[in-house]
Amino acid sequence: MRPVWEEKPGVAGQVAKGTVLTAVVLVVVVPLWVALVTSLSSRATINAAGGLVVVPRGIDVSAYRIIFSGGQISQALWISTLVTVVGTLVSLLVTIPAAYGLSRPGSVGHRGLLFFFLLTFLVYPGLVPSYLVVTGVGLKDSLWALILPSAINVFNFVVVRAFFQGLPSELLDSARVDGAGEFRILWRIVLPLSKAVVAVVGLFYAVGYWNVWFSALLYIDDNEKFPIQRVLQTFILAGQTPQTSGTAVGTALPPTLAIKMAVVVVTVAPIAAVYPFVQRHFTRGVILGAVKG
Amino acid sequence: MTRVAVERRRRAPLRARLRRDWPLLVMVLPGALLLLVFHYVPTLGNIVAFQDYNPYLGDSALQALVNSPFIGLDNFRALFATPAFWDALWNTLSITAFQLVFFFPLPIALALLLDSVLSRRVRTVVQTIVYLPHFFSWVLVVTFFVQMLGGAGLLAQELRQAGVNPPEIMTNPDTFLLLVTAEVVWKDVGWGTIVFLAALSTIDRHLYEAAAADGAGRWRRLWHVTLPGLRPVIVLLLILRLGDALSVGFEQFLLQREAVGRQAAEVLDTFVYYHAITTGDYGFGAAAGLFKAAVGLVLILLANKVAHLFGERGVYARS
Repeated sequence: MRPVWEEKPGVAGQVAKGTVLTAVVLVVVVPLWVALVTSLSSRATINAAGGLVVVPRGIDVSAYRIIFSGGQISQALWISTLVTVVGTLVSLLVTIPAAYGLSRPGSVGHRGLLFFFLLTFLVYPGLVPSYLVVTGVGLKDSLWALILPSAINVFNFVVVRAFFQGLPSELLDSARVDGAGEFRILWRIVLPLSKAVVAVVGLFYAVGYWNVWFSALLYIDDNEKFPIQRVLQTFILAGQTPQTSGTAVGTALPPTLAIKMAVVVVTVAPIAAVYPFVQRHFTRGVILGAVKG
Repeated sequence: MTRVAVERRRRAPLRARLRRDWPLLVMVLPGALLLLVFHYVPTLGNIVAFQDYNPYLGDSALQALVNSPFIGLDNFRALFATPAFWDALWNTLSITAFQLVFFFPLPIALALLLDSVLSRRVRTVVQTIVYLPHFFSWVLVVTFFVQMLGGAGLLAQELRQAGVNPPEIMTNPDTFLLLVTAEVVWKDVGWGTIVFLAALSTIDRHLYEAAAADGAGRWRRLWHVTLPGLRPVIVLLLILRLGDALSVGFEQFLLQREAVGRQAAEVLDTFVYYHAITTGDYGFGAAAGLFKAAVGLVLILLANKVAHLFGERGVYARS
């Protein structure tokens, strides 16, 4: 509601506002729309449009059939799913206990350990020594190279820790009086109260693992182990053709452009599917971290 | 927790505190170990910057490190004598400066615009859509730009059908600065509004009412109430950005370096990648990385100091 003391907006102002917001939304939506429509277009439609298709004319899912029927893209989707699921679990299993363990000022080693975590914001190793360490501990061509070096993100740690510190301490203290151990308190009392922050941080981690590209460029040479972003880059940006088991379908292959756009769509889809559910918690999660960090 | 409670916790004898707190230490251990191995060990590993590091001088990286001869500052001398390094530094700084002017204010403007939309539903829908690209990888963002603006993209396709020769956008080094900034805007302008929207919601509504009662119009309220309310957040983000002045979207540049060419697209991070990882000249690359980290540290401390001088809280409080 508009407060009574505020001026009524002018027509020109309203129109300008609407135009700008519509433009901003269209700039985001149009590329996604074009990718989706082109991926679902038949060869005839793509030829008629002269390339990318803006207006859909019928639905043809053969491009998706190709990328899901084995070959490099299916393999990469599987690898990325694996890395995302395992990585997110590992990250949460490391970050949440660490944040809880350091949420109580005055506990043994609290100051020193917290400093150890926060100093990483100011001092960072740089590419070459990191590369030497990761390859040095034998992670070359291992999917763990995409997970372990980034398994704990100190920003996420700060967000979770700040949230834990905001929980009413009476609750935890009374559980302690009742004889509950710290692990039990974390699992039974703290976590059920922290679903929002776990969802946000879990999303941040999951997106990071799904998007992993440069680590794969550095550490993964075996193209059987390429994650989807790496395939997207070689396939679309560098213009190579991925191996598909396309001949198995027995019909004429769908146009390369449709396959490319289908890869784009399946790369976007998991993010677009999950994130709206977590979105309403963003402000809380992000701001907590920004303010208290 | 109150100060007294903290003091009471701390005053107990160490053995009793250990008996009480050991589960907390166990919880912290895995995270601390990961940071030790993948953050602090490599940070110490920066000594290869002072070595003629040769990975074949041992069976492991550690052995090679021990066996490689120290050469003092030779790597830094070589680095500073490399014109390509100065080009990369210059490119990095110009991109940072350009984006400070042409990207930094945009999330503020968009946040103000969104904040002025009264319909909650419209706001939520717009927010949901503009946050989305933040979660895309750089591979995906560059792909979308190629698809829309590239030589075979939608724009070129439509222009050709209209009989117009399409301009070169994705491969033109002269306009590369505009292109990368446009990509950053597309990816992050929406996400950037979150912090400002939250800050806007904490501004006391009575201030607006009082200002309006005193005859301040819309724009004067913006200037005298809203912007002062946003100032701490703006300063904080400026400090963070300045401290990160030598980092620009690494993957973004690595992905486009081939299409546009080294002259325009080489930044410090890609310089390290191309002069160390792909060539095996680790000492030289580590020197460049260490230079960047050291300058970054000085920058963030300086920016914070300046913020304190202006009476702002900054990133960490003065203690």
